[in-house]
Amino acid sequence: MSASLAPALSEDPRLRYVLRLADTSLILGQRLSEWVGHAPALEEDLGLANIALDLIGQARLLLSYAAELEGRGRSEDELAFLRDAAQFLNLTLVEQPNGDFGHTLVRQLLVSAYQLELYTALQTCADPRLAEIAAKALKETQYHVRYSASWVVRLGDGTAESHARVQEALMQLWPFTTELFADDGVDAAMIAAAIAPDAAALRALWSARIDAVLAEATLTRPADAPFPWHGKRGVHTEHLGYMLAEMQFLQRAYPGAEW
Amino acid sequence: MSDAAQVETAPSDWQEEIWTLLGEISDPEIPILSLIDLGIVRYVRGASREVARVGLTPTYSGCPATEVIRRLVETKLARAGFADVAIETQLAPPWTSDWITPAARCKLKAYGIAPPAESVSNPKRLFGAAQVGCPRCQSSATRLVSEFGSTPCKAHYLCTACLEPFDYFKCI
Repeated sequence: MSASLAPALSEDPRLRYVLRLADTSLILGQRLSEWVGHAPALEEDLGLANIALDLIGQARLLLSYAAELEGRGRSEDELAFLRDAAQFLNLTLVEQPNGDFGHTLVRQLLVSAYQLELYTALQTCADPRLAEIAAKALKETQYHVRYSASWVVRLGDGTAESHARVQEALMQLWPFTTELFADDGVDAAMIAAAIAPDAAALRALWSARIDAVLAEATLTRPADAPFPWHGKRGVHTEHLGYMLAEMQFLQRAYPGAEW
Repeated sequence: MSDAAQVETAPSDWQEEIWTLLGEISDPEIPILSLIDLGIVRYVRGASREVARVGLTPTYSGCPATEVIRRLVETKLARAGFADVAIETQLAPPWTSDWITPAARCKLKAYGIAPPAESVSNPKRLFGAAQVGCPRCQSSATRLVSEFGSTPCKAHYLCTACLEPFDYFKCI
């Protein structure tokens, strides 16, 4: 294995924090783009593709910043296409497979509601670059929340079949939400630097928003799971490797290929 | 609402020239609008025409037109004799549909796209309460088909009076 292709990630907490945000958007954007051409209706195909595009755009802004913080001359593309799974710092929730349409929309709601509260806090944080990216992303995220919440309500409060399916999706995905608020050393350093918001405050806002949607959707909130998962430390479920194999194939097979 | 152009103090002749040239460049996805109409040109700066800098802001983070627009600006300015213009991306303040000029709103409507119905500062917007008028028959009997449309900046509506589907420029 060539060390130059994927040098070890720096321990710099700010770099790691920015990469967590970047990778969470990138991996979710890639997952959503798997729906293109397969969604149940043209409008939803466009909707999911639009959200994917927003997320990949946000990931590009964040990865460019991460590349500058890293200072090794790597580009946003190199960070996206030439890191291996253990160097991706995305939340475990976003790498989970799409499942059916309802499953995808439940995952989207859980993540978008989290990003909404996070970006709201980050737009006034002590890192001006991160603040301006957050302010930009926040506007887009408001639409993602509205879209995914409206579908979760429609499906949850829909037929017996749709209700059962989204309830099952919620049961399967809920354990991964523990990680959203499980702070580690990187988060602690960013909180101390007045960049990251306090996880407990974030969780309360997120919970209130999710509970309101679940109530309207007649869905039952699952019990919290104790194990937090560790995607943001680079320890992933097996799904990420398969996804990267597809996402990175072109740059691995034809290094430096451009449009 | 009115700071679309953000012209800085006493623009020199070459700056005016660049503003005019940028006003002649059409948005690749909504060709009825120029870059100035859209409010995405944030500044034209520099000590002289040899070191001019143009600040652009993207409408949406992932808008595919952003790269095309950059190239269009470079080409257009190079042909007019501005060979070394630096095109800079400015993220803050983030683009808002409030920067679309009043004249551009009329152009959008005539083109068949409903312009943003409200100012972003209006809190009602958060509840999706915007009254979107049909750009064809002017009826207010319209309904949202999807929050997302043919480009990131538009939503998909249907007029229930004339039954015509149409694009709506989202308020962000």
